[in-house]
Amino acid sequence: MTFREALESQDSTITCEVAPPKGVNMEHVLEEAELLRGRVAGLNVTDLQAASMRVSSLATCTLLEQKGLEPILQMVCRDRNRLALQSELLSAYVLGIRNVLCLTGDHVVLGDHPESKPVFDLDSVSLLQAAQGLIEGRDLSGNELAGPPEDLFLGAIVTPRADPVEPQIYKLHNKVRAGARFIQTQAMYDADTFAKFMERVADVDVPILAGIVLLKSAGMARYMNANVAGVFVPDSLIREMSAAGEKDRSARAEGKKADFRTKTSIEIAARLIRDLRPHCAGVHLMPLGWGHHVPAVLEAAGL
Amino acid sequence: MIASERKPTEEILGYLEAEKKVFVVACDGCSAGCGVSDPEHTAEMVKELEANGKSVTGTARVEMTCNRGLTALVLTQHLADVDSADGILVLACGAGVQSVAAAVEKPVHPGTNSVYVGGFQGLWRSEPRCAECGNCMLDYTGGICPYTACSKSLLYGSCGGPKDGKCEVDDSVECGWMRIYERLAALGRADRLQEMPPLRNFQNMLPVGDKRRGSLWALELAEPEKAEGKD
Ligand code: SF4
Ligand code: SF4
Repeated sequence: MTFREALESQDSTITCEVAPPKGVNMEHVLEEAELLRGRVAGLNVTDLQAASMRVSSLATCTLLEQKGLEPILQMVCRDRNRLALQSELLSAYVLGIRNVLCLTGDHVVLGDHPESKPVFDLDSVSLLQAAQGLIEGRDLSGNELAGPPEDLFLGAIVTPRADPVEPQIYKLHNKVRAGARFIQTQAMYDADTFAKFMERVADVDVPILAGIVLLKSAGMARYMNANVAGVFVPDSLIREMSAAGEKDRSARAEGKKADFRTKTSIEIAARLIRDLRPHCAGVHLMPLGWGHHVPAVLEAAGL
Repeated sequence: MIASERKPTEEILGYLEAEKKVFVVACDGCSAGCGVSDPEHTAEMVKELEANGKSVTGTARVEMTCNRGLTALVLTQHLADVDSADGILVLACGAGVQSVAAAVEKPVHPGTNSVYVGGFQGLWRSEPRCAECGNCMLDYTGGICPYTACSKSLLYGSCGGPKDGKCEVDDSVECGWMRIYERLAALGRADRLQEMPPLRNFQNMLPVGDKRRGSLWALELAEPEKAEGKD
């Protein structure tokens, strides 16, 4: 079943993110993807995430596609102008890729080549417009295509925890009008806020998948609260993670092996899946390097 | 106005490595306003050159160095000093340096880095406020320029980056799109964010044909362009 069919089947859908490596050693990312075969409906492949130089999303998606997995190509607007972005959409299509998540992208100054030229010729909305135009058989200049990429399936993101959230909601509507057929959200850690957000966007008639980032430690949670826009980890979860860390420390002090931290992280993620799923079309997992724990998370969530 | 900063002295000395005698041109326009080429800082530059073994044959101050006619005129008043110099150091913006290069057949060196055309289109100083996009969007954005106020020059609303109203690029900078949203909301016009204006057209930044035929343009073209390699 394709990702699109999974969403259309109205069953709760799970997607997960994998990240290409910095360097040409592809084993790790391919292994992670393999672990998820049959367990998720789609695999998002990040596009130079956090503005750091690495193997492209397109190359990685192509490898996944060849292995019979279902990639979701993430595309950001930071590194390419409208010619290159449209060309990449066509290239992805001829390589068998159908799902594309359109994002604006982090600024270059946040990444590992801060001295480079940020492009942003298009942004998330106009990239969706461009892709929708291609689907309909014309490029951004109105030129006709010899063979449009008719089955491209376009998606976008939203940040339900943004403050204020109104601009996000306007933009979400614009993204859907521009061509988005599915939405994945920024990381959510409280079901109540998410439920309220979903009420406010009840008139958005495309499936929304709630984002879940695996919490690796209390420190990571605090860091995200302080530094990551639109992410809020409640105190209760931070306390849970730091208690687990505490238990690990005292076990280790007694010379015992222990990994309460990972166990707790998996439990929290599984709980979030259970709490968030009833409000939307499914969840999107972002393990940030902990992809090997995703099968355990899914099991703990009863999936 | 073009905002500029002094280049580090070592970089300037690097340019002048093969040259002993230097003539200095300092602009009394924008770069003087930026504290780069005003009399005090020009004198400092001259002192630094001399302290590093250069002999300064003379200094000329030009009211607006970017005005090529004026620059050529002022330099003729310093003919002997310019002639005896091995090269010329210009404390002015990039346009000023090119104007001097157009006027004299000598190696010309920039003493500044031009940073931006910073909000000095008119007299509102400090921040860049217009990127001369050629299709003004201020009606849609409630009077705040999206191209200069947003670090990514986004046209269709904020990215996922703003935190506490600050831009992801620099938390001392307000997010331009949060400013636009707040302003529109205050005016009761936040619904304008539903609009999706046409994509930015970078061709609009080229001067249109009938401007090129205007009299000011003609005056500009009437000045000699030899040094720029045009006929
Ligand atoms: S929208 Fe264009 S013309 Fe208007 S202020 Fe911004 S850059 Fe200048
Ligand atoms: S945080 Fe705001 S100003 Fe900064 S790039 Fe994003 S939208 Fe633009």
